[in-house]
Amino acid sequence: MSDTHTTEPVLKIEGLSIAYEPGRYAVKDVSATVRRNSITAIMGPSGCGKSTLLRAMNRMHELYPNIETKGDILLDGQSIFSMSVIELRRKVGMVFQRPNPFPNMTIYENVVAGYSLNDIRLKKNQRDEIVENALRNVTLWDEVKEFLFRKGTFLSGGQQQRLCVARAIAFNPEVLLLDEPTSALDPIATSKIEDLLGELKQKYTLVLVTHNMSQAARISDDSMFMYLGELVESGRTETLFTTPKDPRTEAYLTGKFG
Amino acid sequence: MDNLLINNISRRNRTNARLKYIIIAGAVITVVPIFLIVGNLALKGYRQINMAFFTEPAPDTFQAMMATSSGEVIPGGIANGLIGSLLMVLVASLVSIPLGLMTGVYLYENGTKRYANFIRSLTEILQGVPSIILGIIAYLWIVKNITRGYSALAGSTALTIMMLPLIIRSTEETMKMIPVTIREAAFALGTPYYKMVIKVLIPVSFSGLATGVLLALSRILGETAPLMLTALGSPSVSLDLTNPVSAVPLLIWDFYNDPNMVNLVWSASLFLMVFVLSMNLLSRSIASKHKYI
Amino acid sequence: MNGDKVTKALLFLSSLTILLLSAGIVLSLTGGAIPAFREYGLGFITSTVWNPTSGSEEYGALPFIAGTVITSLLALLLCIPMAFSTSLFIAEYFRGTRTAGILRSLVDMLAGIPSIVYGFWGFYALRPLLISTGLTDQGFGIFTASIVLAIMIVPYATSLSAEIIAMVPSELKEAAYSLGATRREVIFNVIIPSARSGIVASFILALGRALGETMAVTMLIGNANIIPKGLFSPGNTMASVIANQFGEADGLKLSALIAIGLLLFAITALVNAAGKFIIRRFA
Repeated sequence: MSDTHTTEPVLKIEGLSIAYEPGRYAVKDVSATVRRNSITAIMGPSGCGKSTLLRAMNRMHELYPNIETKGDILLDGQSIFSMSVIELRRKVGMVFQRPNPFPNMTIYENVVAGYSLNDIRLKKNQRDEIVENALRNVTLWDEVKEFLFRKGTFLSGGQQQRLCVARAIAFNPEVLLLDEPTSALDPIATSKIEDLLGELKQKYTLVLVTHNMSQAARISDDSMFMYLGELVESGRTETLFTTPKDPRTEAYLTGKFG
Repeated sequence: MDNLLINNISRRNRTNARLKYIIIAGAVITVVPIFLIVGNLALKGYRQINMAFFTEPAPDTFQAMMATSSGEVIPGGIANGLIGSLLMVLVASLVSIPLGLMTGVYLYENGTKRYANFIRSLTEILQGVPSIILGIIAYLWIVKNITRGYSALAGSTALTIMMLPLIIRSTEETMKMIPVTIREAAFALGTPYYKMVIKVLIPVSFSGLATGVLLALSRILGETAPLMLTALGSPSVSLDLTNPVSAVPLLIWDFYNDPNMVNLVWSASLFLMVFVLSMNLLSRSIASKHKYI
Repeated sequence: MNGDKVTKALLFLSSLTILLLSAGIVLSLTGGAIPAFREYGLGFITSTVWNPTSGSEEYGALPFIAGTVITSLLALLLCIPMAFSTSLFIAEYFRGTRTAGILRSLVDMLAGIPSIVYGFWGFYALRPLLISTGLTDQGFGIFTASIVLAIMIVPYATSLSAEIIAMVPSELKEAAYSLGATRREVIFNVIIPSARSGIVASFILALGRALGETMAVTMLIGNANIIPKGLFSPGNTMASVIANQFGEADGLKLSALIAIGLLLFAITALVNAAGKFIIRRFA
């Protein structure tokens, strides 16, 4: 990727704080940037606020009642809090911890769910094209092309998760958020998803929450380490893993936080 | 594609907001009657509620007419109904609580065996039987064959059949929530089966069982229809199970049918509602405090 | 070891009472209904005549079956929007908040009010209101009974619907939100399709309640032994005719009333069984 891309961040987080109850911060004054066409891994022990930070990037954290948000996140220079949620989530897609295809929809309908849920009417050939492209992009096409009109729930966990990735990218987002996407999968399915993420970054910007350090080291370009709601350290993954600046990062990387 | 999306955002946000207001309005309309009913009864019924209301039997229509025409508070109260209600509910509880508890334990212990499933389905059917039909049954069994006339015993029988499935279901549901490890711990100490039931299962699930009993009581205390076919009503205080007795809901029915007694019907309804609702709320507060079992 | 056997035998015996009770109820109702069915055959169900005058006695159940079905279905129709919005309020929009808790308790209170109090309130508060609209002279009839009945069954439909809506996995809702769906779209495209059979079952069970409800209906329906001719026409339900006429009945009339009881028993048992079946099978 060229240098112009690396200097111009897709996401810019500015002094972000999030509290579920007044005074109880899950994310404290976090500032960071996410480079275009890269994979950024957010790491940290459980309860450190990494999922909350990720969810804030497409405002999914607002689904909790009484949430309090300070600071800002800029997407291509525009504050995401000034955008319509619909528009934001169209540009920033999400994949969840557990595969969650809609059980009432077929595989085909699941891929285009973003369009149907948003009342966007497409012609049949447009839909067919979107489904095929998305499924090819997640290397699921050959496995499911015979079963497009069956419910997605008979697929294996790994296939279901790739279907969920397909559902997210069918909308052609700029950024794809992934919340521990392999934690419910076996090692083979995990490595398939990891390979997939490596390819997807050619087209999209990926932000990945993981509790698995070796996964972060394997596939991410940049890393953030969070602890007790604070962003302790962030930077290139190589640098962070080899020469961490903060003693807390070092302690985590050497397994002291578990 | 982008244009399509941008164009419909404001329309979608509008319909989304509209739905929320519709839901809120619907929910508010749903609970308005509770305020209307409670307010109405409290406003019109409080005047009659005094000591005599609880200690004296219901007046006859002549006394009531005299009092109403001279603008006084109607004398007398609901003592005959209160005693009759308590008597019938007590008898029904004495039968249905132990029987229901034992059947509930049986169902819990035998899980999904065919016979247990069958009994469970019958219990559910029994729970859904309209109370007036249980009145017919108690009439056929007790009034016609045992007491040879309307009686408190017949009323109790109808109430017993109403309570039984409620107690059985709440017992089983409560016990299902006890962690298996607790039972196993008891057995690991060499506890015999019946002791495990009496000393572990029942005490551990006590608050749940109490909730179930209170809810069942609050259901049967307000029952009118089956009592019209069985206990009939009586102007005097009576404790004889083989004779007709009154009950608070039966008195309300009598007052309602007697134009001179309208003032009493407000207060009797107020009393019955407060009594039943407080039992209901008490049971729910017990249930929420001891949520885990 | 012996103690164990005795305890288990005791528990088993107590479970037998349910068996005996159920069998007893069916047998007694059937036995009591036999004279009426022997006299009129199945025509008892389809006849519209109810004439207790001795000498020209004739009994048919159709007016009461019609009254029961019409009031209950109308009540259900009125109950659906109320229960639907209340359960979405509790289990979706204000889920887990204090407001939802208060609303839930209020709805529970509706279930706690005795039937006769509803009837009395309907008579003195609701009936004058309906008369003042000019739609009805007396204020008695199908519509009045159905309104009160609807309020009475709302809590049953609401509590079950809310429980089932709350069980829709949050992963599914979040997946839809992450695609930009609005709450309304999540409700109609995700929540309702996943909870559909449970919601349907909760309304069927509420219908089962309405069918057998006696006192409130008896006090408001107008007690006319005819097939209702319109929304404001008086009528009688199966339960209300039993409540009204059982006390003075004997002979063939008593048997006819018991036969109506048997039919009511069968109808409610069927409706309840259907509701339970749907819940077990699909929810």
